[in-house]
Amino acid sequence: MNQNTLELDIIQTTDLVKQYPGMEGRALDGIDLAVHRGEVFGLLGPNGAGKTTFAGVLTTRVVPTSGRALIAGIDVAKHPALVKQISGIVSQQNTLDRRLNVWENLYFHGRLFGIAARESRRRADALLEQFTLTKWARQSVYTLSGGMAQRLMVARAIFHEPAVLFLDEPTAGLDPQSRLALWELLGQLNAAGQTVMLTTHYMEEADQLCDRVAIMDRGRVLALDTPENLKRLVGADTLVTLKVAAGAERLAAALAGGLSEVVTSRVSGGSLTIETRGADRLVPRLVALAESVGVDILDLTVAEPSLETVFINLTGKELRES
Amino acid sequence: MTTTPGFVTAPTRSVVAASRNALAALIARDLLVVRKSLGEFILRTLVQPFLLCFVFLFVFPKIGQAVGGRTSTGDFATVLVPGVVGISVLFQGVQSIALTMAQEFGYTREIEDRVQAPCPIWLVAMAKVLSGAVQGLLAALIVFPIASVVHASGVHAAISLHWAVILTLVPIACVAMAGLGLVLGTSFEPRNIGLMFGFVILPITFLGGTYYPWTALAPVKIGGFHWLQTLVLVNPLVYVNEGMRAAFTNSAHMHLYVIYPVMIAFGTFFIALGLRNFRRRVLS
Repeated sequence: MNQNTLELDIIQTTDLVKQYPGMEGRALDGIDLAVHRGEVFGLLGPNGAGKTTFAGVLTTRVVPTSGRALIAGIDVAKHPALVKQISGIVSQQNTLDRRLNVWENLYFHGRLFGIAARESRRRADALLEQFTLTKWARQSVYTLSGGMAQRLMVARAIFHEPAVLFLDEPTAGLDPQSRLALWELLGQLNAAGQTVMLTTHYMEEADQLCDRVAIMDRGRVLALDTPENLKRLVGADTLVTLKVAAGAERLAAALAGGLSEVVTSRVSGGSLTIETRGADRLVPRLVALAESVGVDILDLTVAEPSLETVFINLTGKELRES
Repeated sequence: MTTTPGFVTAPTRSVVAASRNALAALIARDLLVVRKSLGEFILRTLVQPFLLCFVFLFVFPKIGQAVGGRTSTGDFATVLVPGVVGISVLFQGVQSIALTMAQEFGYTREIEDRVQAPCPIWLVAMAKVLSGAVQGLLAALIVFPIASVVHASGVHAAISLHWAVILTLVPIACVAMAGLGLVLGTSFEPRNIGLMFGFVILPITFLGGTYYPWTALAPVKIGGFHWLQTLVLVNPLVYVNEGMRAAFTNSAHMHLYVIYPVMIAFGTFFIALGLRNFRRRVLS
C-alpha cells in the first residue's frame, strides 16, 4: 500500500476563478484553500455560493477560467484523467447504473478503475457487507430507498480507494434517519483515514461532520476554520430569539441601552434576535426589560451560536434565504 | 472484512493504461446489459425488419398488390432484403446510443458517473460508439437470415454473398451509424425525442434507399437534372444500403469506390461532431 505522506495537503487551490460565459459575476472569485489529508472538509454556503462550481473544478467537470487547482500535486485542469484515478465522487442526484443490479454497480466500478475481476468481486461483496446492502445485492437499483441508494453511491465512490471522497450535498432530500446514518458512515470512513470534502447548505451537517469548514458566498471564501473557532468569531455565547406582538424595534432600543452584554441585535418582522456575551440571569432580565417598555413577548428561544449565526454575521443574510 | 480506504495518494497507472482498462470495462458493461436483456434486444431488432418483409414480400404478393414499380416482386425482394439489413443497422445506432444517451443525460444522470472513469472524456463516448457498433453487427447478423426467409412462396430474393465486402463494409456501416446515434443522442434533449424521429429518422429511412436502389432513382428528374438522386446523396443511409446491396446481392449498386470513402467520411464526421457535443454537454 502506498503510504506516501509527503503530500499533507491533498487539495490545493490558488486564486481559482470561474466565470461562466454570459453570466454576470464570477461563480468563483479567487479561491485559495487547502484541504489536509485525513480531514473532513466542508464547504458551507447558500445555493449559488459557488460550492458546486468549486467541487466541479476539483472533480474535473468545470474548466476554471484562471488559477490553479491541485489534487495530490496534480493539476486538475491539465491532467483530468490522472486526477480521476484518485477521486471518488458522490453527486447530488442518483447516478446509479439503472440497467445493472446493486452488486454489478460496484463490480463494474472496480473494473472501470482497472481493478482485476477477482479483486473487484471481493471488494463488491465486502462493501455491500460493510454498508449493510448485502440483502439487496441482486436487486435492481430501482428497489433501493433514497438512503440506500445514497449508501450504495458512497460505497461505489470509495471502491477504488480514492485519495479524496467528494460529496455534493450528500444529504439533500434524505429523511432525517438516513441523514444520521450517512453522517455515521462518513465518520467511520474518516476514522479509517478517508479524506472527505463535502458541500452542504445544512449548517448542522457542517458542524457535526467537518473538521474544518469554509463558509462561501458569491464565489468567495468568507471564513475558514474549525466549526468551534468559527462560532467563536461571532463574539457571543448566547443567542436569544424573541417573538413579540408589536414593538420589536422599541425593545431592541431598550435592550441596547439596558443590557450591556448584548453584542448585536437584529429585527426582522415580529421577531428580534440578540447575541449576548457573558450575561447572567439573561432571561428574567430580558422579560423585565420588555415589561418595562410595554412589549409583549410571545415566544422566547435561547440557543448557542451556530454556523448559521456565523454566516449571518458575515453576510447579513440567512443561509436558506437564497 | 472491510476495505481500508484513503491510503492512495497518487495515481498508480498511466492515463493510457487506465484508459485501456476503462474502455474494456465500459464495453463489457454495455454487452452485459445486452446479454441480460437479450430477448428484448432480439425483439426490438427484429420487429421492424420482420414487418417490412412480411408486408412487402408476403402480404403484397398474396393480395396481388403491386409494390409500385415496373420491377417484378422477386426483383423487389432482392432490393428489399439488403435494405432491411441497412435500416436495422441504423436503428441499432439510434436505439443503443441515441435513446439511451438522451436518457442518461436526462433524468437518470448516469452519465455523471460514467464520465468519472479514469480516462479522457471522449473515450467514454467512443466506448458507446464501439458497443453500439457491435450491437449493429449483432442486429445485421440476426436480421439477414430472417429477411431472407420471410416471404410468400414464389417470391425469391436473389442473394449472393460477397464475403470480402461483407466483412469490411458491414463493420464500417455499423460504426458510421453508431456515430450518427452519438450525434443524435448528444443533440436532442429527452423531451425532443419525438422531434428526432419525425424530422431526422423518418426522412433518413424513407429517402435512404431501403425500398429502392439509388441507381433506380435516375428517372426522377426536372429537365435533365436528376434532382432526387442528387439530393439523397446527403443521406448516409443511402451509402449503407447501397453497400449492403453490393455485399449481399448481384444487383446494380453505387460504385464501391464511392461507397467506402463516403461512408468512412460520414463515420468520421459523425464521431467527431458527436464527441464535440458530448464534451460540451459534460464540461462547463
